[in-house]
Amino acid sequence: MPNSPSDAPRRVTVRRKGPLLLEGPVEVELEDGTVVSSDRFRVALCTCRRSRRYPWCDTSHRGRA
Amino acid sequence: MEHPRSEPLLPEPRGPLSLAVENHLRGDGPLPAARDVAAAPVYGDDLQLALYLCYELHYRGFAGVSPDLEWDPGLLGTRAALEGRFLTALRADARRHESVGDALAGILVEPVDGTGVSHFLRDKGELWQLREYAALRSLYHLKEADPHAWVLPRLRGRAKAAMAAVEFDEYGGGRADRVHAHLFAELMTDLGLDTTYGRYLDAARAEVLVTVNLMSLFGLHRSLRGALVGHFATVEITSSPGSRRLAEAMRRTGAGPAAEHFYDEHVEADAVHEQVVRHDVIGGLLEDEPHLEGDIAFGVDATVFTEDLLGDRLLADWRAGRSCLRAPLSQEFTHTS
Repeated sequence: MPNSPSDAPRRVTVRRKGPLLLEGPVEVELEDGTVVSSDRFRVALCTCRRSRRYPWCDTSHRGRA
Repeated sequence: MEHPRSEPLLPEPRGPLSLAVENHLRGDGPLPAARDVAAAPVYGDDLQLALYLCYELHYRGFAGVSPDLEWDPGLLGTRAALEGRFLTALRADARRHESVGDALAGILVEPVDGTGVSHFLRDKGELWQLREYAALRSLYHLKEADPHAWVLPRLRGRAKAAMAAVEFDEYGGGRADRVHAHLFAELMTDLGLDTTYGRYLDAARAEVLVTVNLMSLFGLHRSLRGALVGHFATVEITSSPGSRRLAEAMRRTGAGPAAEHFYDEHVEADAVHEQVVRHDVIGGLLEDEPHLEGDIAFGVDATVFTEDLLGDRLLADWRAGRSCLRAPLSQEFTHTS
């Protein structure tokens, strides 16, 4: 879907709280060497390490009340 | 060559308003009287079904109803009167916030001991309750993302690009087998439900119609584009954790792989969509049209209100061991997996 030229820099969006947002598709290599991929137009990478679908964000970073 | 019928059948009327609208759709009979519109309970079966019938002409229509009635001036007048009552009630009854940030703050926090429908289904939902839930939600999920697509021509720049990108994802990223409405139909098949569009309209109580009418109301009016965006944001923000609980419910009851997949997909997809909708759709719209802030907040507040209305109804029925449907589902379904 993203129709930007493939030689354009990929944008990564960093926020104070919440996941890293990357332009998809992406492959992520995990610590044990496993490679997982996502072909979404935008991918949310978990940074809090609480996700049950790590490395993908599942909103587990949210505050609880 | 004969084409298979693709429009749903007209539902059973539920009172004078929906009866008059149906008679008009069939080609005869006067539209509802103003006094009947004024007298009907606003969140009740009759008014909400009458409004639903008007709106459905903009989606898939009904069998035996002329598609030209979509723009019938008389019917549009009736729709406006019904919408007027609905909108006035929502503005009065929803717990309102002035800023988008305040409106969203409440749904961006996960309750530790949640008591909503998805918590109930995760912890003690039985297969018959999951089937009822899917039947009811099919009124929206079989046209998932459709009411929100109407907002696209009314947005510009960053908000438009981001909204289109999320909708593209909802529509399967160009692949028919990944369209979310299609994934929901596969979930329904796992649960032994009929995937025909409109099949469960007669079974759905007023509170279900309210939630779907809300999106159609916001989607069909450019003047409510802020509220539509607020609605979309609320759905995307609350969907991810709710879908995780529903996926657990499907797993625990052995509902089937497609049933699990629909909600698993939404955990991940909507965690992304939430970020894009909050920062780029809402952020972009506020940059472009800052005067819409109150409308966006209203869209969030009205969505929370109508979802609570539905949730309270479902939980009251299920806790009492009752069906939450107007017409029981076929009991023929025997689960085999």
